[in-house]
Amino acid sequence: MPNMTYMAAIAEATREEMERDESVYLMGEDIRASVYGASAGLFEIFGEDRVIDTPLSENGFFGAAIGSSLVGQRPIVETVTSFFWVGMDQMISQAAKMRYMFGGQAKLPVTWRARMFYARGAAAHHSDRNYNIFMSTPGLKVICPTNPYDAKGLMKTAVRDNNPCLIFEDGIAISSRGEVPANEDLPGGELLVPFGEARIVREGTDCTIVGIAGGVAHAEDAAKILEGEGISCEIIDPRTLVPLDKQTILTSVEKTGRLVVVDPAHEVCSVASEISSIVAQEAFWSLQAPIIKVASAQVNVPYSPALEPLVYPTPERVIEAVRETMS
Amino acid sequence: MPPDKDLLLQMLERMWRIRIFEETVIEIHSSGELQGPAHPYIGQEAVAVGACAALKDTDYIAGNHRSHGHPIAKGGDLGGAMAELLGKSGGYCKGKGGSMHLADFSIGILGESGIVASSVPIATGAALASKQQGKDFISMVFFGDGASNQGACHESMNMASLWSLPVIFLCENNQYAITTSYKNSVSVDHISDRAPAYNMPGVLVDGQDAIAVYEATVHAVERARAGEGPTLIECMTYRFEDHSLGLDRVRDNPYRSDEEVDEWRQRDPIPIHEEAITSTGVVTAEDCAEIQARVRVDVAAALEFARNSPYPEAKELFEDMWAE
Repeated sequence: MPNMTYMAAIAEATREEMERDESVYLMGEDIRASVYGASAGLFEIFGEDRVIDTPLSENGFFGAAIGSSLVGQRPIVETVTSFFWVGMDQMISQAAKMRYMFGGQAKLPVTWRARMFYARGAAAHHSDRNYNIFMSTPGLKVICPTNPYDAKGLMKTAVRDNNPCLIFEDGIAISSRGEVPANEDLPGGELLVPFGEARIVREGTDCTIVGIAGGVAHAEDAAKILEGEGISCEIIDPRTLVPLDKQTILTSVEKTGRLVVVDPAHEVCSVASEISSIVAQEAFWSLQAPIIKVASAQVNVPYSPALEPLVYPTPERVIEAVRETMS
Repeated sequence: MPPDKDLLLQMLERMWRIRIFEETVIEIHSSGELQGPAHPYIGQEAVAVGACAALKDTDYIAGNHRSHGHPIAKGGDLGGAMAELLGKSGGYCKGKGGSMHLADFSIGILGESGIVASSVPIATGAALASKQQGKDFISMVFFGDGASNQGACHESMNMASLWSLPVIFLCENNQYAITTSYKNSVSVDHISDRAPAYNMPGVLVDGQDAIAVYEATVHAVERARAGEGPTLIECMTYRFEDHSLGLDRVRDNPYRSDEEVDEWRQRDPIPIHEEAITSTGVVTAEDCAEIQARVRVDVAAALEFARNSPYPEAKELFEDMWAE
């Protein structure tokens, strides 16, 4: 089975979808030069109408992508999570609302792919983990692939979905490598990962850890160490936040009786907040200990290497939280 | 090329459809039957009608908050529009959009919008799609003097020109963004003066003259269909009513003088068009009177349809969120 990087998996998904459907096209800043590594060679294959380098105009070209999707195109927009803010008017006021406002007339098959880098000294303007903001906005699908397999399979599903989809490419996950099956080895000949189906990363009996985006890797690191202490963790990666697979989380908590949610977003109104609320409401009588959120501190991201690591979840913080639920 | 007799009459009819529709909207708002905000298009009819007369059904339009004139000018159904304003299930959007979100994709009406300038990138994107798909559909966006200052507008014009997109930027300069005069918000004498900065033609037109708007638009349409790119057309016009129904505080603000309003009311686009088409003998005064009478019946029927249309059921609240 081929072993590839996360970005190679995204690139493969992009090329396959562009080959399959000529209404799929790619737009963004510096994509012909493939500055972020997911679009190398596509301009040479698909040409200027389908691989479009845009001016630095997020609100403008996000809107153009949306407008084109209303009349049959399926754009893939490449950007960075922090630049979502620049194009928010089009994302929220148009993409998220148009179908509903127009009584179901509109289809909006737009896929945004946003690199979400943080923890690398990029300071407050380039370290946004903002999927939680979009999760609370009706009308957008929110996708957080954490490994190359899911990156490819979820990306292909997103491109075929007739709704606006936002893919958050976590900086920790981007550096991962993993096995991605070749198409000829797959039933149906292609890799499609459905939305709304969580992945049980590791089975366990004592404590459920739900990891969001890069939080999954921290949970895995923590679980290995906790195993040595005789604590068995079950790790769940929801993979998509909208739609959210509540049931897999609830079933796990009913088994373990404990929940820690690891979420790189700022802690207030984070995905961890929402999942904690769901579990408190729907699985309260299964809980043997308070739920613990391990999320980012409610402070802007500082530049200094002495300060930045204090903001985010770490495996150590996850270990501490699990131990606390067990005490 | 001047419009033929049928088109001249259709333009008159559509102006009356907008005018009488809006007069009816004002009436049912005063009586309390219409709850939500609505922005009357009265005074600006020649702009939407003249511009849409140059389009085909397959062409796209997108609009703004002053939102009833554009779809009616494009040939939209009056009953569906009125039902939408009343929040009824027989509305264009099943009552989910209301006044500012009229859309009928079946005839290229890609939606009005409540966020000023937010339709400008949308129409630009529809034009991009046309080009990518090898279709000759063109796209037109209506926006105001206020919207012309939004970044979305500038970004779209730059992209459209850069990529030679078949889009027409149709600026309705009705001179006031609520109470702010364009003279206090636009750094050039005319919004069309900005066109050279985007390397596209900028045309200034009398927006009270439907035939002048039509002719300017025909030229822009030909250019767009030939793959030569976008055009910015600025139509000087005036809204005869206040910004929005129900915004009484604006009415109390003396941002326009009575003399100015009266002066512009003398330039009512409907009599101007009637004069133009009867003076050449192409059309008679009787033809015009007959059109007006017919439209009154049509608008009354539209209101009746809207009143008889049921409200959406509670179970519809969660419908139309997601496409399959």
